[in-house]
Amino acid sequence: MSSKASAPGLFDGTILRRAAIDAFYKLDPRRLARNPVIFVTEIVSAVVTILFIRDLVAKDGDALFSGQIAAWLWFTVLFANFAEAVAEGRGKAQADALRRTRSDAEAKRVRGGATETISALDLKIGDVVLVEAGDLVPGDGEVIEGVASVNESAITGESAPVIREAGGDRSAVTGGTSVLSDWIKVKITAAPGSTFIDRMIALVEGAERQKTPNELALSILLSGLTIIFLIVCVTLWPLADYSGTRLSLTVLAALLVCLIPTTIGGLLSAIGIAGMDRLIRFNVIATSGRAVEAAGDVDTLLLDKTGTITFGNRMADEFIAVGGVGEHELAEATLLASLADETPEGRSIVALALRRYGLTAPEVGSDLRVVPFTAHTRMSGVDLPGRALRKGAVDAILAQSETCSLREAPADARMSGGGAEILERAGHARLAAPEDFSRAVERISRAGGTPLAVSENGRLLGVVHLKDIVKPDIKARFAALRAMGIKTVMVTGDNPITAAAIASEAGVDDFIAQATPEDKLTYIRREQQGGRLIAMCGDGTNDAPALAQADVGVAMQTGTQAAREAGNMVDLDSDPTKLIEIVAIGKQLLMTRGSLTTFSIANDVAKYFAIIPALFVIAYPELGALNVMKLASPQSAILSAVVFNALIIIALIPLALKGVAYRPVGAAALLRRNLLIYGLGGVVIPFIGIKIIDLIVTALHLV
Amino acid sequence: MNAIGLAQIAIVLAAVMAAAVPLGAHVARVLTGQRNLLSPILSPIERLFYKLSGVDPAREQSWLSYTIAMLVFSVAGFGSLYALQRFQHLLPLDPQGFDPVPADLAFNTAISFVTNTNWQNYAGETTMSHLTQMLGLTVHNFLSAATGLAMAFALARGFARAESPTVGNFWVDLTRSTLYLLLPLAIVFALVLVALGVPQTLLGSVEATTLEGAKQIIAIGPVASQEAIKELGTNGGGFFNANSAHPFESPDAITNSLEIFALLVIPFSLAFAFGRIVGDIRQGRAIAITMMIVLVVGILVAYWAEAGGNPLLTEIGVDAAPGNMEGKEVRFGVATSALFAAATTGTSTGAVNSMHDSFMPLGGLVPLFNMLMGSIAPGGVGAGLYGFLVLVVIAVFVAGLMVGRTPEYLGKKIETREMKLAMLAVLVYPLCVLGFSAASVLVKTGLDSLNNAGPHGLSEILYAFASTTDNNGSAFAGLSGNTLWYNTTLGLAMAFGRFAYVIPVLAIAGALAEKKRAPASSGTFPTHGPLFVGLLIGVIVILYLLQYFPALALGPIVEHLLLQSGKLF
Repeated sequence: MSSKASAPGLFDGTILRRAAIDAFYKLDPRRLARNPVIFVTEIVSAVVTILFIRDLVAKDGDALFSGQIAAWLWFTVLFANFAEAVAEGRGKAQADALRRTRSDAEAKRVRGGATETISALDLKIGDVVLVEAGDLVPGDGEVIEGVASVNESAITGESAPVIREAGGDRSAVTGGTSVLSDWIKVKITAAPGSTFIDRMIALVEGAERQKTPNELALSILLSGLTIIFLIVCVTLWPLADYSGTRLSLTVLAALLVCLIPTTIGGLLSAIGIAGMDRLIRFNVIATSGRAVEAAGDVDTLLLDKTGTITFGNRMADEFIAVGGVGEHELAEATLLASLADETPEGRSIVALALRRYGLTAPEVGSDLRVVPFTAHTRMSGVDLPGRALRKGAVDAILAQSETCSLREAPADARMSGGGAEILERAGHARLAAPEDFSRAVERISRAGGTPLAVSENGRLLGVVHLKDIVKPDIKARFAALRAMGIKTVMVTGDNPITAAAIASEAGVDDFIAQATPEDKLTYIRREQQGGRLIAMCGDGTNDAPALAQADVGVAMQTGTQAAREAGNMVDLDSDPTKLIEIVAIGKQLLMTRGSLTTFSIANDVAKYFAIIPALFVIAYPELGALNVMKLASPQSAILSAVVFNALIIIALIPLALKGVAYRPVGAAALLRRNLLIYGLGGVVIPFIGIKIIDLIVTALHLV
Repeated sequence: MNAIGLAQIAIVLAAVMAAAVPLGAHVARVLTGQRNLLSPILSPIERLFYKLSGVDPAREQSWLSYTIAMLVFSVAGFGSLYALQRFQHLLPLDPQGFDPVPADLAFNTAISFVTNTNWQNYAGETTMSHLTQMLGLTVHNFLSAATGLAMAFALARGFARAESPTVGNFWVDLTRSTLYLLLPLAIVFALVLVALGVPQTLLGSVEATTLEGAKQIIAIGPVASQEAIKELGTNGGGFFNANSAHPFESPDAITNSLEIFALLVIPFSLAFAFGRIVGDIRQGRAIAITMMIVLVVGILVAYWAEAGGNPLLTEIGVDAAPGNMEGKEVRFGVATSALFAAATTGTSTGAVNSMHDSFMPLGGLVPLFNMLMGSIAPGGVGAGLYGFLVLVVIAVFVAGLMVGRTPEYLGKKIETREMKLAMLAVLVYPLCVLGFSAASVLVKTGLDSLNNAGPHGLSEILYAFASTTDNNGSAFAGLSGNTLWYNTTLGLAMAFGRFAYVIPVLAIAGALAEKKRAPASSGTFPTHGPLFVGLLIGVIVILYLLQYFPALALGPIVEHLLLQSGKLF
């Protein structure tokens, strides 16, 4: 995980202090009403506090007990608030940092031919502004003229400047970034207050946080359980009365709070915020919590081949000499032909020749003439005295070798005695070409590589195998995804044969070859029709429809404005491989919720064994048999259960924030593991915890 | 506990499972409208029905129309049954000249039979005319069971279909399940019972002279026909007050075993039918196995508790070998009484072959807990399956999250709407059982009806409301239910337990049917293996233990503990 150096740690002192204060602010019932479980806890706490005051006034000796119960019930609420505040805290810190960089600078608006200086806040959508070296970009927009290097560290944390230019996929600029050199004219596309940075601030702060669908469904389950336990506790009073026990309201309140799922209720929103926060630390901004959840559900990943599955460029992998030419001779000729080739392919050829054949880069004299690559000739090379070295597309080189042998040979023959020799060699090449040459070309093509033919004076020397190099660890990651039940689809502009070869090497499940933006959209629609959820990433304007259609669309920060608007996440690092981690983060979020819910509900078993015998032991001493923990006294049993119930929230905050460990194994294995830890653990741990607290309570004579 | 007792239990249960698999295949064909074994004979009758009633069998209903049809049908059934009881003295086939049934009792009985509860606050042989028994009670034994089947299949279709606005046609489901399933099975079973000695006659009663020369009136009537559907339709309302303990309802050990078989076989077959309908037999199998495990554990606990006998009686020299024989028929013994008790409450039958009130505290806890769980192992005809599936939805929701996906069951995502509806349904039970029980101990008339004080009395009240809410109808006995208070509250509990529960269930069916189906992958939570079975059992036990532990602690649990220290109630 790449995290910014400035990102605060999980339990940064400042955040904790701020959260502790916020926990009290959050006691406001209007805010707590969003969280039914904790809301009920607060009401119960208030009631018990009143009972405590009554006991205090009546001086009947129960005040110490009801006072402690009231205090711990309040702690339960405060701890839940604290959990949420801690989760929000980091977002707040990040928002503050962003806010500092938000430009309230001036903008040079272009009106007609002249520029006028106005406040950035007065900009309207459609205004054109001039941004020159040293200026802050006043708002989000599209470059319509010029090219400049821009420092976007305010958003990405990456200080290396990026190029922004009119037209193409690198035209979007973000308000708050600064132009380092040159100038651009920017057409403003977002009104002040709703720029990318503004939205990011709102998102990381959680100001616009709404309950996500799954959170809502879980809240309903928790509310339902709360109502059930409310019924249990309310009806217990007459049932107990019938059985000869007059229950005090204080212990019924204690029982209720112990039973309702306060643990998950208190941690639920913290888990959601922490999920978003994990993405942010990962330099991905999700525009909604819904997107993070959807990421966990993704069934199909659409991955661009280039940059995700393979390194961005093709690289020379081997030299295949043909027609009796020595491999060394071919390597030497290719090296010469590529010396002046500054493309990544050219550099990779030089590197291969130097590395594998131990050649040294020859001195290049002034007699070398570089023949540059053009789209028309589709080849490049160098001319040395007496040597015309060419490399290029197979058909282009073949055509060239034929024409040169037919046209140039007679001229050479006329000119010098060596002509016959050249002619003979050219003829030889022509004859040899179909056999091992075409065999080599075919083999490379079938393997998904690109053959590059090399010739000298029209004589075919051999073929360079340019290969899409699949990233070394990608196959294992796809296997892991498959274990998670996620299908990977490679999207490439390559022809189907090449695509198939790379697909099989990388271990993807499917591929779309010669893909157009429409192909992607069609594919997504078809998958969604089958009930699958799709994630993809893209950067170009033509990716926008597919990004919008996908359930999780990750737009690259370097991409166009249109793409960034269409997706529901923005990757500030513009790294397409992140899609895989995004899915893992989504899953982790859902798993954390499920695990803590299971834990919370399983906890109730032990609490019953603590409280029920304590409630009725006077009327039915025989019920003491249920006191399996051998708790010291009825009051200490009830108090211990309440204390455990409050402390477990604090104890689980780190887990809620960090998330339950996710392993890319099948669902069955995950379930078994989590059921064992959080289900069985949830049953067992409170027995131990309550017993320990009871020992402390008794030792301190608290009851 | 002994080997013979265990063998008896094992044989009956093995026979049930063996028969449930092929029966499930038949049920699936019946409810999906396919041709089946009986089509050649019965399909003309089926078509005639549609023609007469103007039902277009090809036109399906949305969940709402389906629900409305079910409600209209139930209300009409309630009204006619109420009227039949109130006017039975004016109608034919009343050889013993019974009076009209009192209003509150008629209200209670009408709801009872319409909701498939068959709670009986009366003694059939001394209250109801033959016409009321046959046209009213026996007919509703069929129709309430068929209604349950229909609703279960609406829900099953919700899971099986994708992007469908409809969940089936209520009238078709009702007709087909009666015609192709309940009637043929009931006819065969009634004939078997007659052959084994169960009376079937329209005569009122026989007068006999006893050995001492005294006159004795022996009630008889159309017993076998009612007995058959009583078990098959998990109704439980006996012809006689003593129910299946009466020698005319169940003469011997063979009929006893057959009756247990009959009340279990359709509910188990529905689990298998569900698997077929959703296109994955393994899913049905996992459900059936889960139900069976819950049932078997209950049977064994009850058997163990009863076989131990009463320690207080053992102390004073009573032979402990036969177990606790109080309230049990000697021709059945402890093992099959425990089996019957668990089976009748595990399904929503409520028939009894022994008096549950006389069980040991922990033995009586089993039928009580079975009903508190809503009779889902394997449950009533239809009601068992949909009740179980609601629990599956909740279990899958919590556990499904733990695999890192939005929870889904059979490719259907469980979202806010489904959770809302499932929780609404689940709330009905504690609200009715605990609410009415608490109210009953608060009012004097509630306490006056108790035969026993202390924890046993509390068990009696809990039992009554658990039994009615979950439409079981089993009586703990010991509670005199025929009072205005209990006739009314128990009647309301039956109505809520059926309708307040099933309306959200049908809404879930509608919501699920509309959803797309997500294809299964290795990332999907597997719902057919032992892990899922274990999970379901865990969720069921914990969910219900948490709801009822305090009440049970004050009832059977403390009674058990008190018994150990020598106190009786």
